[in-house]
Amino acid sequence: MEARGLVKRYGEREALKGVDFDAGPGELVAVIGPNGAGKTTLLSILAGTLKPDAGEVNSPDGEVGWVPQQAALYRRLTVEENLLLFARLERREDPHGTVEEMLELTGLAERRNDLVARLSGGNQQRINIAIGLLSRPAVLLLDEPSVGLDPRQRARLWAFIGTLAEGGASVVFSTHDIQEAERYGERLLVLADGESLFDGSPAGLLGAVRSETPEAAERDFETAFVAFLRHRGH
Amino acid sequence: MRWLLLKDLQILRRSPLQAVLLVAYPILIALLIGFAISREPGKPKVAFLNEIPSGARIAGGNGELPAIGVNQRICSQVECVDVDSREEAEAKVRDGDVLAALILPSDLIDRLNSLSTLNPETPEVDVLVNEENPLKAQAVDDRITALLDQANLLIARQIAQEGGRYLNLIVDGGGFDVLGQQIEILGLRATAAILESLRPDVPPSMRPQLDRVIRFATLARDNLDVAAPLIDRLAQPIKVDKQSLSAPTPPLEIFAIAAAAALTLTFVTLLLVAGSLALEREENTFLRLTGGLVSRSALLAEKVGLGTIVGMAVTLLMLAGLQIFVSLEWGRFALWLAAILMSAVAFAATGAALGGAARDVRSVSLLAFMVSLPVALLSLVPSGAVGATLYDAIRILTALFPYKPALEAITGALDPAGPDIAPPLLHLALLFFAYLALARLSLRRLASV
Repeated sequence: MEARGLVKRYGEREALKGVDFDAGPGELVAVIGPNGAGKTTLLSILAGTLKPDAGEVNSPDGEVGWVPQQAALYRRLTVEENLLLFARLERREDPHGTVEEMLELTGLAERRNDLVARLSGGNQQRINIAIGLLSRPAVLLLDEPSVGLDPRQRARLWAFIGTLAEGGASVVFSTHDIQEAERYGERLLVLADGESLFDGSPAGLLGAVRSETPEAAERDFETAFVAFLRHRGH
Repeated sequence: MRWLLLKDLQILRRSPLQAVLLVAYPILIALLIGFAISREPGKPKVAFLNEIPSGARIAGGNGELPAIGVNQRICSQVECVDVDSREEAEAKVRDGDVLAALILPSDLIDRLNSLSTLNPETPEVDVLVNEENPLKAQAVDDRITALLDQANLLIARQIAQEGGRYLNLIVDGGGFDVLGQQIEILGLRATAAILESLRPDVPPSMRPQLDRVIRFATLARDNLDVAAPLIDRLAQPIKVDKQSLSAPTPPLEIFAIAAAAALTLTFVTLLLVAGSLALEREENTFLRLTGGLVSRSALLAEKVGLGTIVGMAVTLLMLAGLQIFVSLEWGRFALWLAAILMSAVAFAATGAALGGAARDVRSVSLLAFMVSLPVALLSLVPSGAVGATLYDAIRILTALFPYKPALEAITGALDPAGPDIAPPLLHLALLFFAYLALARLSLRRLASV
């Protein structure tokens, strides 16, 4: 997936200021930045749910899976009914077979008849991601997938996402948790106030932080990252 | 689109309160309207104390007017609760057992009779009321005023009849009873005839005087002939001749059924579509659906279809329930369907426009109630009930909402002698397209946020 010169304005405010982006097959890319940096706007444009005011997006053959920040599910339907509905809307040839596959993948086969409203936040997020995978996407976009999850649920979620990337899907996720991005992202894209400040590996970001803010480099990664943003005027 | 429709029906089925309300609402409305239009309006309960001595009569000249049956006449207008004392009447009013108490004091007939003497006194009846709220006070005032007007009219008619009888006696002559003795009255007609017969025998010098008396008797007879019906008219000088300049109005029960059907469509269709669309936003599924799975137009069509199907089903269920109480013309079923279908799609489009404008189900439900209820009530305001400018404003406001044209269309469809349903159907079609356009704008705005 490739995007060039993305610009998005909300009235007077410029949410994205000419951002470039790319992600290769099997790559795990983390989009990080403070609140209001433009992470959700970027992912929404890549997913096709939002149109940019300028710039272009080139997607690979195959669907782009989109997992919004908040679970986009029908809470009064069961796990199976949700998956079946979206499988039918995705026009899968064998919607029931696809549902079985997703239930297996998410480990929620035993809870297939439970209403989504009765699932924990973590399990809801797994269904949310599974719906994003129904179209067998070449690229999976996840907007802050671990928000609201406890550490155990988060670990299971990242293990699940890891298996998707190992299967060859490009996985792009946004987060404002720097430690999480450092731990799970193979590449980091740093956004602040709609500007792209850095695009590279976690080690590369650490190097940039050390060179630009040596006084903060000895401290933890999050503190050093905040100092880096401040040094860049954000 | 059918999968989305199936999903919405599944969600509806999973919400027991909503599902029960959708079924219970039309049944309840049908029962309420059915009972209301199949029973006589209830008479208000009035405590009645008649202290007039039995046998007392209103005097008419030297005699008495015939008994007018005060008790029976009053108690045919209201449900009389007989009481034995003023204290008991007061207690019943105070406790709310009766709407009011009417007391005819023992001196009422004497006071009525004094009106024809040199010392007239004002006849009075006592009315005790418990005006605990303005509506009740108004209802009591209206009832009591109507009762007293009827009583005054009755007495005036009796007096006029007696007056007319005496005038006839003077003109035509006849028997007259005074203190048990029958007195024969000659009458002007006979007087003139006797004088005419005597005229030839009267000396010519006296005939001019006799002619003057004969002329007087003849003139008096002729003019009093005219006075008799005049006195009769005094009892009720103005007679009402009502002519309706508007189209024939539908029977009250048809209008009530149409109003209930339009109200059912308002709440069921409007709330369902608005709530269902707002739910897509509340569940965060709107962007997921319109991000490539379905178009915004298809989603809109699905919601309008959902509201139309459920609204029509519930309204037809209500009409079927009303069949128990009122005979409806099922031969006009095609017209019913046309009126209900067009009303339902117009309400559904209105619901879609509201649903797209609100953030969640609760706020859209509140918004739908705040918009629909006042407009439905204003649609029932008749011309002349308010000032001309205000009525024009109400007409414009109610024309912008589907309730009034829906009411007109359903009334026309139900009533064989009712108005043409084509104009309200056209009105509903225009509203459908207008609100659909607004709904599309709302959804476009939602997608860009």
